[in-house]
Parts: sequence; C-alpha cells; structure tokens
Amino acid sequence: MPPPIRRLRLDDPEPATEAIPVEQGTFTAARRSIKAPQFSIRRMEIDDVSVHYGDKEAVRRVSLPVRQGEVLSLIGPSGCGKTTLLRSLNRLTELTTSARLSGRILLDDVDISQIEPTLLRRRVTMVFQQPNPFPMSVFDNIAYVLREQGSRRARRKTLEPAVLSALDRAGLLEEVKDNLDHPALKLSGGQQQRLCIARALAAEPEVLLLDEPCSALDPKSTQVIEDLIVRLRDDVAVVIVTHNLQQAYRIADHVAFMYLGDLVEYNSATALFGSPREQRTREYVSGAFG
Amino acid sequence: MESSAPTPPITIPPVPPPEGPPLPGAHQRKGAVEGSATWSLSDRIGLAICWTLGLLFCAIAVAIVLYLLVQGIKFLRPEMLWTPAAAGFNETETGGFSDALFGTLIVATMGIALALPAGIAIAVWLVEYGRPAALARVTESTIEAIAGIPSIVLALFGTVIFSSTALGFLSRSSEGVVFGRSFFAAGVMLSLVALPLIVASVREGLNSIPRHVREASYAVGKTKAATTRRILLPTCRPQVATGAMLGLGRIIGDTAIIVVLLGATQNFAPVEGVGFPLDYLRGAGTTLTNFVYEASPTGNLNQPQKAYAAAFVLLLMVLALNAAVDVVHRRARKAGTWSH
Repeated sequence: MPPPIRRLRLDDPEPATEAIPVEQGTFTAARRSIKAPQFSIRRMEIDDVSVHYGDKEAVRRVSLPVRQGEVLSLIGPSGCGKTTLLRSLNRLTELTTSARLSGRILLDDVDISQIEPTLLRRRVTMVFQQPNPFPMSVFDNIAYVLREQGSRRARRKTLEPAVLSALDRAGLLEEVKDNLDHPALKLSGGQQQRLCIARALAAEPEVLLLDEPCSALDPKSTQVIEDLIVRLRDDVAVVIVTHNLQQAYRIADHVAFMYLGDLVEYNSATALFGSPREQRTREYVSGAFG
Repeated sequence: MESSAPTPPITIPPVPPPEGPPLPGAHQRKGAVEGSATWSLSDRIGLAICWTLGLLFCAIAVAIVLYLLVQGIKFLRPEMLWTPAAAGFNETETGGFSDALFGTLIVATMGIALALPAGIAIAVWLVEYGRPAALARVTESTIEAIAGIPSIVLALFGTVIFSSTALGFLSRSSEGVVFGRSFFAAGVMLSLVALPLIVASVREGLNSIPRHVREASYAVGKTKAATTRRILLPTCRPQVATGAMLGLGRIIGDTAIIVVLLGATQNFAPVEGVGFPLDYLRGAGTTLTNFVYEASPTGNLNQPQKAYAAAFVLLLMVLALNAAVDVVHRRARKAGTWSH
C-alpha cells in the first residue's frame, strides 16, 4: 500500500512570499538623501549635438545644460548613445576615427572645438567604468596628472599638498595616507575607483564625467562613491552615465533619458521618476524594457 | 482507507564512511577540478602523451644543463676567460677564449643597442599609431619576412651592403681593402635578427593594455606621447625584457653571420692606425658560438675540452639573462594588473 498523500490544509502555516514591488512606489521608496541643490551655475551647454559613427547615428540632435551645483544623470538602455554623448563632452570621441560630431558644445560659453584637447580634458575630466589606476604607486597616480606632459619634474615635496588634497576630496586619504607608495592596482576595487576620481579631481576640473563608475563595484563601495559624488556637486558640475535607475534616482538632481540616440525626456529626478511625461520613459523606468 | 494507522516514522540508516582506497575519480585532492578517470580512452591516451612529452622535454633540458655543468666545471680554468687563443699543438698551449668571449659581448651589445630602441619604436608605431593602415600592414609583413629569413642569407646580403662604397669605411683594413667583415657589419646584421622578436614581444605587451587605460590618461589631458612614455612603455617592461632576452639569445647564438660578416678569426684583428675602440670594431673577430664550433671535433682547432668550457660559459650567460627577465616579470606582478 503506497503511503497516503498528505494534502495542504487550511491551518497549515502559510509559506513566506516575497513582497511584490508596487510599480509607482519603486523609486519613491528608494533612499533619496540628497538635499535640493544650494545653487546652480551653467557650465556646459550641449546644443543640438549629433554624433555619427560612420553611417550610424549614435546621438541625434541632443540639447542639454550641465550645471555646477547639480548632478546630471544620463540614463537609457545599452546603445542609446549616453556614453557617446558623455565622451563627446571632453572630445574623447575624436579618438575614434569614424566618429563625426555636429552641433555645438560650449564650456563657459566657449565652443570646445576651439579649445586645445589636452587643455579641455584637464577642465573636463573623466572616470571610467572599469577602475583603471596606472600601474604605479598611489602617490604617482595623482602626481602624474599634476606634472607637465611627459615630465618627471616637480619633486615629491612640491606635489605632496596637491596630491593629498585630491585624495582627501575623493575621500580616500584616511585609508591610504600611510602607504602612498603602495601599488595602486593592489587596492580594492572601490578604493581604486575613488583613486580614479581623485586623479580626475587633481586636474582641478570644472566638469567631472563619470561613465557607470559603480557598475564593477559591490553595493557598499557603490554607496561610498555615491555619497562622494553628491558631495562633489558644489565644486564641479557632475555628469554621470548609469544603468542603475535607483542610483540615478538616489544621486541625480536632473535626469536625461535617452533612447536610440534621442533625448526622450529631461527633467528633475523626482519628476522624471515620479511622473514621467513620455510613454517611453514611463515604460523604461517601470522596467518594461531595458 | 483514511489513514487510521499512523504512518511509521521513516528512519534513514547512516551512510557508512567509505572504506579502503578512495574511488578513482573521486574529488579527493584539494583543488582538483576533475579526475580523468571518467574520460574516454582516447582522451586518457592523449593526456598521457602530453604528460610524457612534457616530462621528456624537461629531462632533455636537465640533461643538457647537467652535462655541460659537469664538463664545464671539469675543463673550465679561470685563466681561459682572460687568455686569448694561441697557436699550439696541444690544449695546454692554445690559450683560452677571451677574444671570443669579448667578441660575444661586443656583438650582443651592438646588436641589442640597435635592435631594442628600433624594435620598441616600431611596436609603438604599429600599435598606437599604425596609420596609414596600408603602410602598417606592409611594415608588419616586412618584419615577419625578416624573421623568416635564415641568418646566412642575411649575412650574404650584409657582405653586399658592407663592401659597398658608402658603408665600406666600417670594415676597411689598414691597407685600404674592404672585406665587408667587421664588428660593425656583424652587429648591424645581428640586430636585424633580433628585431622581429623584440617587435613581436613589445606589441603583445602594448596590446594587452586595455583601451580604457590609455583613455584614462588622455582624459586627464595627457598627450599620446606622454601616455606612451609614462604609462604604456613602463607597463610593458616585462615584455620589453622578454623581447630583449629572446633577441640577445638569437644574437649570441648566431654563427652564420659571425662566419660571413665577422671573419671568424681566432683572435681580434684590429685595424692598424685607427684609435681605440674603432680599431677593434672595424676589424674582424670571433664569438663564443663560433669558438665552440671551431674547437669541437668537427672544427679546425680540435680542442674539445675548451669547446665544453666555452659552451659552459655560453650557457651561464643565457641562464643569467633568463634570471634577469624573471626578476623584471616578478616586479611587474607585484605592481598588479587591471581586470579586463
């Protein structure tokens, strides 16, 4: 005789179910600790910019302001042109031979195509997706930025205050001050990325570009860097490309949603996530595609 | 048939620990990914062949080193290192091989001094610039072609160039005769032998640096030149060292170019009436590899003991080079690398 099958009864304890996220509440429930910006100064202006790679149009007629005192976040699915737009802000797109840019990008009312690229890139610095410190000591990573092009000049003593201040602004000084001669590539991923931010800050830029700076990091390091970005927004205009919508909601003051090269919607973070105007934005932020 | 009788409690007997030798293929060893016990016969035979050949290779290498070590220690006298070769009827009268030793050092220095900067420059141009693309492709295949040319052919070509009017001064004797044989001629041609190896190694090093690392340097306002000098080339140090070592190995191991372009005389034949060191560099000479050949039973000198001693010195030089490259690599590992 086979053993009888035991059926579920009403008085059985109910299995735990995961809370189903409420669509509208997804973002409003997220931590948004930042305060409204104290001030905002327009530093860069993206005016009707299109970028082509060969025949392919990666960015189509985008216009956006970049302001100091605020964090601007570019969001959108992969291949929507957000990274291309970010890279054209310091003319890194020009390293790709097939790339062509039309429209104007102004930095403090000067067209950036009129600024010598190396000068521009010291005023508009960039942090990349992968932490990429140079294979030298922590100190030398920053000192490299402070020195003249290929030079080894400017001795350690002279550079030390500037190096320490850059590390301090990136919130890394406390952790590395005792081993500045430590190889930078032996730091943890999160520390490496903050070193990259320190490196970008050492050039005393006006605009800081961040290309998915947390995508290779764990949640804890991500939080540290997010706090840092919010702290930096008063000193530099911050533009961050991110895949992570919660992150955009947490740290951005303004958000631009791009889709297939088009700028679909630009608004304050609360407005864009809370009550998107466009259908595509609504679908994207609710996770219908991406 | 409602369950009036309570179902008996199920008891699972404890599994007895396995006794005797562990099953083949069981994951016994720490870190073992997979045993080969479950593999098909042909795969196991393949694995066995890999093992055997690997071990055989080690055995051959160990045998060479041990044999030369024993013979070298038996026959090498320190005075051989500073006594030039001399004419004589038995091995006690024929001196040492100091000229050959210095000859090796001279061609190695000349060859690498020419090939290393040129090789690095070519590799940088190919990887970092490489434009126009057609020219880069031509350069690439030219270098591959040089790598494939036997050195004796290069040597023949060298005699043509170095006995020409334009370059004859590099090997003109005191009587004004041009033979196309001198340390200059041999050094230049040997650098061509080393060049492709250096280019290949440095290219590999440059290519292994992620693109975003270059961009990180451009993105703080550095020029391509500054990035290459301060970031890319220092990062490639291990590959530069490897290329230099491979190149040096080829240079000190070459005999064809030595015979044709250096004359393979047993002693230095400096050009008279010219100041030092040009007199030696414009004159003929020999190297250790050539000395080993000549001293071996096949050669003209027939003094096998000295052949062993010289071969031992050559071996020590190569091992020292290897150790030096190892140090460079270990230092680079200590500095860490990027996740791609």
